[in-house]
Amino acid sequence: MFIPHTDEQKKEMLAAIGVSRFDDLLGALPKNLLRPKLDLPSSLSEMELVRHMEELASRDHLAQSYLGAGAYEHFVPTSVWSIALRGEFATAYTPYQAEASQGTLQSIFEFQTLVCELFKMDVANASMYDGASAAAEACLVAAKHTGRNEILVPETVHPQTVRVIQTYLAHSGARVKTVPCPSGVVELETIKKHLGPDTAALLVQNPNFFGCLEPHVKGLSELVHSAGGLLIASTYPTALGLVAPPGQYGADIAVAEGQSLGLPLAYGGPYVGLFACTNALLRKMPGRVVGQTLDADGKRAFVLTLQAREQHIRREKAMSNICTNQALCALAATIYLSLVGKNGFQELATLNFQKAHYAAEVLARRGFPRVFAHPFFNEFAVRCPVSPETIVKKLSEKRVLAGLPLGAYFKDRADQLLVCVTEIKTKSDIDRFGDLLAEAAR
Amino acid sequence: MDPQQLRFTTSHEWIAPDGTVGISDHAQHEITDVVFVELPKSGRAVKAQEPCAVVESVKAAFDIYAPVAGTIAAVNEETAKNPALVNQHPYGAGWLYKMTMASPADREKLMTHEGYQTFLKSATH
Amino acid sequence: MSGEKVVEPLSFEKSAPGRKGIPWPVCDVPTVPVDKNIPAGLLRESPALLPELSEPQVVRHFTRLSHLNFSIDTNFYPLGSCTMKHNPKVNDRIVQIPDFAGLHPLRPHELSQGILEILFEVERWLSQLCGMDAFSLQPSAGAQGELTGILVARAYHEHRGENRPVVLIPDSAHGTNPASVALAGLTAVTVKSTPDGQVDLDDLYQKLNKEVAMVMMTIPSTLGLFEPRIQEIAKKIHEAGALLYMDGANLNALVGLVRPGDLGVDVLHVNLHKTFATPHGGGGPGAGPVGVKKALEPFLPVPRVALENGVYRRKFDRAHSIGRVHGFQGNVGVLIRAYAYMRLQGAEGFREISENAILAANYLKAKLTPLFPKMPLGACMHEVVVSGEGAFGPGVRTLDVAKRLLDHGYYAPTIYFPLIVPEALMIEPTENESKETLDAFVETVRAIIAESKSDPDKVKTAPHTTPVRRLDEVRAAREPRLRYRP
Repeated sequence: MFIPHTDEQKKEMLAAIGVSRFDDLLGALPKNLLRPKLDLPSSLSEMELVRHMEELASRDHLAQSYLGAGAYEHFVPTSVWSIALRGEFATAYTPYQAEASQGTLQSIFEFQTLVCELFKMDVANASMYDGASAAAEACLVAAKHTGRNEILVPETVHPQTVRVIQTYLAHSGARVKTVPCPSGVVELETIKKHLGPDTAALLVQNPNFFGCLEPHVKGLSELVHSAGGLLIASTYPTALGLVAPPGQYGADIAVAEGQSLGLPLAYGGPYVGLFACTNALLRKMPGRVVGQTLDADGKRAFVLTLQAREQHIRREKAMSNICTNQALCALAATIYLSLVGKNGFQELATLNFQKAHYAAEVLARRGFPRVFAHPFFNEFAVRCPVSPETIVKKLSEKRVLAGLPLGAYFKDRADQLLVCVTEIKTKSDIDRFGDLLAEAAR
Repeated sequence: MDPQQLRFTTSHEWIAPDGTVGISDHAQHEITDVVFVELPKSGRAVKAQEPCAVVESVKAAFDIYAPVAGTIAAVNEETAKNPALVNQHPYGAGWLYKMTMASPADREKLMTHEGYQTFLKSATH
Repeated sequence: MSGEKVVEPLSFEKSAPGRKGIPWPVCDVPTVPVDKNIPAGLLRESPALLPELSEPQVVRHFTRLSHLNFSIDTNFYPLGSCTMKHNPKVNDRIVQIPDFAGLHPLRPHELSQGILEILFEVERWLSQLCGMDAFSLQPSAGAQGELTGILVARAYHEHRGENRPVVLIPDSAHGTNPASVALAGLTAVTVKSTPDGQVDLDDLYQKLNKEVAMVMMTIPSTLGLFEPRIQEIAKKIHEAGALLYMDGANLNALVGLVRPGDLGVDVLHVNLHKTFATPHGGGGPGAGPVGVKKALEPFLPVPRVALENGVYRRKFDRAHSIGRVHGFQGNVGVLIRAYAYMRLQGAEGFREISENAILAANYLKAKLTPLFPKMPLGACMHEVVVSGEGAFGPGVRTLDVAKRLLDHGYYAPTIYFPLIVPEALMIEPTENESKETLDAFVETVRAIIAESKSDPDKVKTAPHTTPVRRLDEVRAAREPRLRYRP
């Protein structure tokens, strides 16, 4: 199917090599272990495969979802993937040979520019694996840059991001110090108590895990800076059409899960980690970076640059072990943002804001009031009259995902459900969701 | 600076009688175009052979070691701004940092310019 | 920059105020004033300057950019160690099935049975093909797989109350190996190679002691060679209480033919974007699943997928797990593609892959041998590493020949790697390239070598026909311009 050699050609090739049998080429391999019997099925034709995969997919068919919590259902314009999956992009590799890779390189340069614009930061890299590993790498940069070893991580940061940070930091000499947030947001007074000479950085997620906009970002930024630490801001790109970007409140490093920019949910990946920082941290930024230069004829061209920070040159002294980026996902995000455009991006954010606020009002009316009074974007926690697990189970039977029960992450929030409403929901969807919830609570 | 006045290490740094440190003409030639220089902080105490600066080309990064023990007294901000100086004037404007030597006698134990030339010849084949 | 010649303008340079590429629907819910609900200080002060373009402009811009790339779909792409094989088109269709694309990663398992079955099956296939007992599918790429594998090994030793801070790595290894070791808080110690490119066993055994957690080997090596003494090496490593880690970058040479687990490998990572034909995407997304033997399974990242009473579940209750390395379950879209590829190949198909990859590489080696005076003797595996020393005309280097290949429509092989081969060219044809393509490639190399002697400047200034010529990389690094500014 994918192998082009005819039997005749194989013979010719073996003759050219100068062996009579193929196995003569395998002299170094242990004979007794050659060609093991595998307990695996035989091959399927393409037709059978498609049928099999469609059947598997149909098992998970869903009517509607109100689940967010770090991965968001947004509309993806058709042209995004119709372009991104072009073979010239999808089947190329890391642009080592710049002369034959300008398409990938220029798109990454545009991507870096877009990320800087979204975040209002000085420089961005060519992307990281996902939002969680981007946050973890940011913590490593902060520890290296400040020579300190404590990262303040409030409870309002996504718990799964925190787990990834802990894995990455485990043997780095730096550690996570958890900051409790009973009010659902990071309080200045609490941070004051936790700041100290060991503080390398404060990580703030905004909008936070509970959907709240952190009210004190500017104050937090001043606090951590006056203590000699850095501010790392983790954010949700779609929100930035409306809410303050990290650069506006003085973040030194800004990271985000870029999934909301044209990537399918796909059960968790591939996504794309966005990573940007101030000029002062440029040389400590992990990952690939594309820069502008000129070619031998004086034409503008793009090339991988600042490579001396990277693993293939610095080996054990590299800033990170990251090798590739998530180029194709970064490309999809670039196409998405180019289509949505400056005004469209603000309209999209406003649409999310309005739908979610309408939903919050409908849910409150149906006996599911909001937990927090803080401002929010498109996600909010509600208090449930019966256990959130029961609600989720009952709605699951109708193939509707009600949201995320917070009790799984926070014992004291066992009555709370995190709900997300994006631009894709219509008024009648939301009204029906209210009906379903009310019914489930009965 | 007159190379004859300098002392050299086997890792291709030179150090002047006043504690100024740079890399040799041979080293800058091998490194090719220097694109970035990372300098130590003033006031840092360093041991002999401790890596305390980095010189980068497009495709490589090189640790620069302290030729002798001492304290970093000053760094060359001009080189940091314009790394090409390392290529253009390895024994002059392209110096990297100046150190206060713990014991100036340590410097005397390093190779003279002549000794360094002999070392280079023996090192290449 | 005015007066600058450009191949394709940046999207930002085509922008005009008021244009739109996609209209959003009119808001159909009662609205509330934004400024009454969010304090001014928390709102964005000035908009992000995204380009303003129509849909046809966007489509043409990126399509034109795509034309500036070489790719597997358009060119022979013999990038050594990267296994640039054909990426089946059916997989593009499969990952876009709405019920896959729309799967939220935090769904309850009752609503994820289809996808969990796929993940379970990918783990089973990989375990069978590699001779391992368990796999974590979470790592997003080979490098993250390495980090995961090292963390798992470290946790294993620590659980047994042993402190083993050292990882031995051959000097021919990829740079990610020592970088990952450092990130895991261990110390990388280099093991020398012999002149024929194999690990120097004297050096290895001398360094193998109670301090050593693991020996990381690329099998076959980065020189495309299979270490015939691997079972003996594995035995010695195990006797020293250490583990054998296999960098699976070159699995395409072994798959279906020999199982790493049978050779004595304890931990390995697999690059799905290589052997399992998921698209390289211009540099990602990949996936780097990590396989282990039974004793190491308790330390794998969570969640794991388990089948209990006919129901697939995600399991988090693993007391000794190293934790998470991905925000969710890993690059599932890539795993779906790999699964589809596995089903297309079937058990027998994988052996065809490795055998034809080895055949093609040895054929290239035979045809290239008369052209390169330093060609090593003997059979190679799936790739051939050639030293350019003494092969080219005056002053012509491997880099120049690589650039000249671009003029002839071939992407360049991997060059200057492995570091231990002077002027290295690493060529990996994969099982997919026809004899006709391989023959044409050899003739091109022959012509370039002749040209390097008759007209060396032509080669030294190559490429001449690509969209841009050789780039000023020094300028890019000295004055970094990493974003567009109006």
